[in-house]
Amino acid sequence: MKKDLLGIKQLNEEEILNILTTASSFKDVLQRDIKKVPALRGKTVVNLFFEPSTRTRTSFELAEKRLSTDVLNFSIPTSSVVKGESLLDTVKTMQSYGADYIVIRHQCSGVPHRLSRFVKGSVINAGDGINEHPTQALLDAFTIKEKKGEIKGLNIAIIGDIVHSRVARSNTLCLLKLGANIRYIAPATLLPNYIPQEIKTFYNIDEGIKDADVIMALRVQKERMDKAFFPSEREYFKLYGLTPDRLQKADSQAIVMHPGPMNRGIEISSDVADSNQSVILDQVTNGIAVRMAVLYLFGGNDNG
Amino acid sequence: MDNSLLVYNGHIVDPIQDIDGIGSILIEKGKIKEIYQGKIKKPVNKNLTVIDVSGCYILPGLIDMHTHLREPGYEHKETIHTGTKAAIHGGFTSLCCMPNTLPINDNATVTSFIIRKAYQEGFCKVYPIGAITKGQQGQELAEMGLMREAGAVAFSDDGKPVMNSLVMRRALEYSKTIDCPIISHAEDINLSANGLMNEGELSYRLGLAGIPKESEEIMVARDVLLAKLTKGRLHIAHVSTKKSVSIIRRAKEEGVMITAETCPHYFSLTEDAIKDYDTNAKVNPPLRTLEDVEAIKDGLKDGTIDVIATDHAPHHKDEKLLEFDKAPFGISGLETAVSLSLKIVKEGVLSISDIVLKMSVNPSAILKLNAGNLKVGSDADLTILNTEKEFILTEDEIFSKGKNTPLLGSKLTGKALFTIVRGKVYNND
Repeated sequence: MKKDLLGIKQLNEEEILNILTTASSFKDVLQRDIKKVPALRGKTVVNLFFEPSTRTRTSFELAEKRLSTDVLNFSIPTSSVVKGESLLDTVKTMQSYGADYIVIRHQCSGVPHRLSRFVKGSVINAGDGINEHPTQALLDAFTIKEKKGEIKGLNIAIIGDIVHSRVARSNTLCLLKLGANIRYIAPATLLPNYIPQEIKTFYNIDEGIKDADVIMALRVQKERMDKAFFPSEREYFKLYGLTPDRLQKADSQAIVMHPGPMNRGIEISSDVADSNQSVILDQVTNGIAVRMAVLYLFGGNDNG
Repeated sequence: MDNSLLVYNGHIVDPIQDIDGIGSILIEKGKIKEIYQGKIKKPVNKNLTVIDVSGCYILPGLIDMHTHLREPGYEHKETIHTGTKAAIHGGFTSLCCMPNTLPINDNATVTSFIIRKAYQEGFCKVYPIGAITKGQQGQELAEMGLMREAGAVAFSDDGKPVMNSLVMRRALEYSKTIDCPIISHAEDINLSANGLMNEGELSYRLGLAGIPKESEEIMVARDVLLAKLTKGRLHIAHVSTKKSVSIIRRAKEEGVMITAETCPHYFSLTEDAIKDYDTNAKVNPPLRTLEDVEAIKDGLKDGTIDVIATDHAPHHKDEKLLEFDKAPFGISGLETAVSLSLKIVKEGVLSISDIVLKMSVNPSAILKLNAGNLKVGSDADLTILNTEKEFILTEDEIFSKGKNTPLLGSKLTGKALFTIVRGKVYNND
């Protein structure tokens, strides 16, 4: 494997499948009584989170601990970034601590890519701006594979704030590489101007959701919407909210996914989120196994 | 240096006097004393310094009508001293500095400060450009008349547009009173929003917010219409898109009195220079696509674009090391402009004579600088070009404090071997 996980963009199908297979072994570990393995004992991981995050950060932290690494958490409110230190200086400091991995989330696209040039350890992208969120896409692929067996040929509908969503971007790249059919469902203001040719787009959710095998609802990212993209949340829910009625139009075996955190009553109704078609909590569980696999493989531990 | 100086045996190109051939130029007391056309015998005279420039071009001194010198206020990025040194090194004998300093050059005191400082510690001639509006806020006209008296040669809110069309109208009307062009930074900032690079497939792939071409084109169109309405003197800065070129071409065909400039990076580079988030390629307007690059070249060739200016925008290294979102816009351009312009001469887009027009004659005419030629009696401002000289652009090759160019490490061809300002010779080799 490469040194860094910067994005799905940099991975090929074989590498993605290798990660998923490795994750599967780690998922077995997580079902044991003692959920910890010594695979990365003595390695140091720094979690650098420049953007608020609960689930990605805790998921990484748990994955790191399950692999017996030493974990350093670094998030904005307690860091010297508020004292005006530059990002590069912060990262160089972490480097001097002897960090083997830097797991980084940042509100600006491209930060992991630029840092990887200055850092000896592995850089793992935990979300950069509106660019990519590769571990989310990998855990989503893992979950789909687990529930559906095969990804190739599945109809996957991604609904909502696609233009601001690094989850949508990484998922699109990942699922296309694995042979799925992807549809985007969103108002035109929330669709990017440039969409890969293979993707069908729908402004109408009822049409777009028809016969879908997998439905991914995306969080409406209020923090990235500094300009008006739709008139009101009320209108959005009415036109694009994932409700039980709408879910009926999808394949009867369809699964519902959401990267979290959810805005219940905006992009998804509680009835759907808590239904037995929802795999949202499986995504969370699988996230730990996938991140263990990523840390294991990208740290130069790929011994075949 | 008060001795006589003979710039000997170069290829003189002076379109104003219709000279294009081998010759020598005699300089005395900082003025051009005589032009000898054709080959002359190399004189032997103790009181005469001879610079043999065989194989080089002798051109009227190049003028950059769009430079950011950063002083006063941002001396960590550039100073009048370092910026003019870079200009000389790049072959420019004159430059015009934009007003977005700290304080902003929106009053005669700052204008006078720049002129005095440039006189004391500058290497080339410096002509300040004043702000159109107070504080470049786009609301109230700045004291353009008083700045004009203090030595400002044009007005611009460069870095920002004048978004309010009524204010722009008044500025264009007033420009007639003070006989000075208004230089438009054409950008609809609402449409640009928080954009970082050209909007398109690449911005999508990199996950960077885009600036649509329309953000520039809408304002070029607006300002063309206002120029038509007011008959004021409009100059469009840093044209970067195909559509902007065609809007300007059409306006000129209709007889609207406007002029326009582009910068070497817009006819040399595309958005691909951003590669993996290279902040040195982050510039405003952003680098565009190949079709725009081609259209800019066409615009230069057919005269739609009158001027090549650098938009030299030096920044401190630390600032360009920031996240792509946070790094400032701008490319350091004074020391690459000649090479990049000569590249399109090699491609057959322009002739050397065109280069003189776009980088000396036209800027001088637009700004009424009384330069841009080698007439006997005028200031001896000359640029001596070796079009074959090759060099690798390293940080050491850049005299500007701003090393921020995506061309770092690349091989460039063509260099100003000597820059002569009022008869004073700078050897750049």
